[in-house]
Amino acid sequence: MMSRFSMLCGEVPALGWLLGILASVTAEYVIGEDLSNILGMDKAPVLFGVLMAFKEPLMIPNLLAYAFIIYVFPAVSTGILTRVPANRLAGRLDHLPVIISGLLHISFLYLIIHFWAGMNDYHLIVIKITMISVILTLSMNVINGYMGEFSCSHPGFMAIGAYTTSVMTLVLFTKSRFGAGPILPEAAGPFVFPIVLVIGGLLTSLAALIVAIPSFRTRGDYLAIISLAFTFMIKSIIENMEIIGGARGLGDQPDFSGLTAVFAWTVLCIWVVNNFVTSVPGKAMNAVRDNESAADAMTVNTRKTKITAFMFGAFWAGVAGGLLAHMLRYINPGTFGLQKLAEIFAMVYFGGLNSIYGSIVGAASISLLGEALRPLELYKWIVIPLLLIIVMIKRPTGLMAFMEFNMKKLLRPRDRGKEEGPVG
Amino acid sequence: MDKLLHIEKMSHSFGGLQAVQNFSLEIGAGEIVGLIGPNGAGKTTVFNLITGVYKPVSGRVMLRGRDIAGEQPHTIASLGIGRTFQNLLLWRHMNVLDHVKIAHYSQVTYGLAGAFFGTPRRNRQEREIEQTSMELLKRFRVDHFALLPVGSLPYGAQRRVEIARAMATRPRLLLLDEPTAGMTPDELKEMIGIIKGIHADYGVAILLIEHRMKFVMELCSRIVTLVFGEIIAEGAPMEIRNNPKVIEAYLGREDIT
Ligand SMILES: Nc1ncnc2c1ncn2[C@@H]1O[C@H](COP(=O)(O)OP(=O)(O)O)[C@@H](O)[C@H]1O
Ligand SMILES: [Mg+2]
Repeated sequence: MMSRFSMLCGEVPALGWLLGILASVTAEYVIGEDLSNILGMDKAPVLFGVLMAFKEPLMIPNLLAYAFIIYVFPAVSTGILTRVPANRLAGRLDHLPVIISGLLHISFLYLIIHFWAGMNDYHLIVIKITMISVILTLSMNVINGYMGEFSCSHPGFMAIGAYTTSVMTLVLFTKSRFGAGPILPEAAGPFVFPIVLVIGGLLTSLAALIVAIPSFRTRGDYLAIISLAFTFMIKSIIENMEIIGGARGLGDQPDFSGLTAVFAWTVLCIWVVNNFVTSVPGKAMNAVRDNESAADAMTVNTRKTKITAFMFGAFWAGVAGGLLAHMLRYINPGTFGLQKLAEIFAMVYFGGLNSIYGSIVGAASISLLGEALRPLELYKWIVIPLLLIIVMIKRPTGLMAFMEFNMKKLLRPRDRGKEEGPVG
Repeated sequence: MDKLLHIEKMSHSFGGLQAVQNFSLEIGAGEIVGLIGPNGAGKTTVFNLITGVYKPVSGRVMLRGRDIAGEQPHTIASLGIGRTFQNLLLWRHMNVLDHVKIAHYSQVTYGLAGAFFGTPRRNRQEREIEQTSMELLKRFRVDHFALLPVGSLPYGAQRRVEIARAMATRPRLLLLDEPTAGMTPDELKEMIGIIKGIHADYGVAILLIEHRMKFVMELCSRIVTLVFGEIIAEGAPMEIRNNPKVIEAYLGREDIT
C-alpha cells in the first residue's frame, strides 16, 4: 500500500507538483476561512499554524487536520490524478530547448506564487523574505561551500548593498536628506532599480577584496576572524556616518522590491550561480578547496579563483541587501549583525554545502520556520539551532550537500522507465 | 635548437639543509629520463623546483628557451609541464570526470562572462571538454568510474586518474613521482604499459622518479642518480646499474638488480 503510494508519487513530474501546489493554494483561497471556522479556530492559521500550536497546544489536532485538508491532500491527490496528462505535456516540453521549457515552468510557478501572495500582505512579505534568503544562501554557499572558506562577512556584504542602493534610490527618487528633490519620477523605478542593484552589487564586490586578499594566505580560523572583523567594521562605519542615519537607520526607500522584482532576481541568481558552479572555472573552486597544490599543478589560477568566488558571492549578497532594504523600507546597522550571520549560516548548513537544491531548501525551510516563530523570538533561537544540531549530527554536510542542479532532469517526464533515479 | 627542458646548476636549501645542489639536466622532446636515488635524496624537491612550488635559490630552469624559475605553478603547468604527486593529491569530494575536466582550466577561453551566463561558446567548449575528458578516461581505463567520487576507486585506478588528469593539461613534459608506489605486481605491469602507451601516443617527454630498478630500466633511455641533493651519476641504464657509486648508494638493497 505504502510502496504503491510512493511509486505513484514518483511518477509525478515537476509540472504535476506545480499543479498540486496550485490546488493547495486554491483550496486555501476558497475554503480556508470556512474550514478554520468549522475546526473551531477564529481565523485561518498562518504559516501552517505553528504560532497557534505554541499558543494553544490543544488545537494541534485541528491544525493538523487543517494542514492535511488544505495543503497535503489537494497537492498529493492532484499530483497523482494528473500524472498521466502532466507527463505527456512534460514529455512534449522535454523536446523543446531547456530554456523554453524552463521559462514556461518558471512562469507557471510565478503565477502560483502571485496568487498565493495576493491573498494577504503577510503571505506577500513571507514569500519575498524567503526568496531573498535563497539569494543570500546561494551567495554564501559559493564562498563557504564551493570555495570552502569559513567566511563570516555576509552581513557586512548585505549592509553595503543595502545602504549603497538605498542612498542611490533616495537621491534619485525622493525629496530626501541628501539634497535636491526627486530627479526621476517613481514610474522609472522598474527600469532604474535593476541598474541600482547591479551598481550596489559591484560596490559590494569591490569591498569584498578586503576579505578576499587575506584568504590567499590564511584559511579556517584566521579567515573567520578577519571576515568577522569585516562585518563589525562595516557595522560601525555605518553607525558613525550621520549622513546615512547612523545608528538610527535609514528609511523611506521607494517601494521597489515588488513580488515580480524579487522573483526575477531570485531566478536570475539561481541561473547564474548554477551556470558558474557547473563551469570549469567554477569547479576549479572545489579543486582549490580540496587541494590547492594539486589545483595549481593542474593550471588552475588559485588566486583568481578565490577572488572570483568572493567577489561573485559578495555581488549577490549586495543585491539581496538592496532588495531587502527596498522591501522593508527601513534599515539600520543592527539588521546586519551576528543574528543575521547566524541565520544565513543556519540556512546554508541546514540545506547543504556545495548544493543549489540545498541552498533553496535550506533558505526556504529556515526562513519559513523563522517567520512562523517570529512573534516568539525566544523559541526561534531555540528551535532553529536545535534543528541545526540534529542535522549536523545526522548529516554533517547538510540535507542535500554536493547536489548538482539540472533543469532538464528536474522537469523531465517521469512515467517512462523505472530505471530513472530520483532527482539530482 | 633549444632543448625542451634545460636545468642549469639549480640549487635549493630548506633553512640549513642543502636539499638540491648544482643540479643540471637536459631533456629532449619525447625522451624518457629516470631520476633515482635513496629516500630523502631530493628527488621530489627537484620536481617542486621545476614546477614552481619552490623558487630555486640559484640556477636556471629553461623550458623551450624561456626561464621559468620563479613563475607561479599554474603558469608553469599551462606552459606544458604536467605532474603527478608522490602521495596522490586528488580532490576528495569530486568525481573522476570532474578531475579531468578541471585540468582543462587554462584551455578555457570563454571567460567569466561565459561562466556566468551560459553563452553558446561556453556550452560548446564545455561539451568539447567533456568529450576529450571522457576519451582520456577511456584511454586510462577508468571511464566506467567517471561519475563516482574519486575516493571510492581502487588504489591503482586512483593513480591512473591522476595521470589522466595530468595529461589533460596537454603537457610536453610529464613528471611522474613514484607512480608505482604501493602497487601490486599486476598493477605495476599495467603501469609500465600505460606509460609506454602515453609516450607512444602523445610523444610527451617523461621524467620519472622511481625506486624499482626493473621499472626504470625498462622505460628509460637515460637515468640520473641523486644522492644528498647532488647528481652522482648520469647515463644509459646499463652504465648506471654497473656504476660503483650507484651501487654503493643503494648498498644493501636488493632491488638494484
Ligand atoms: N618543505 C620542506 N621543508 C623542509 N625540508 C624539506 C621540505 N621538503 C623536503 N625537505 C627535505 O629535503 C630533503 C629531500 O626531500 P625529498 O625531495 O622529498 O626527497 P626524495 O623525494 O628524494 O625522497 C629531505 O631531507 C626532506 O626532509
Ligand atoms: Mg619523494
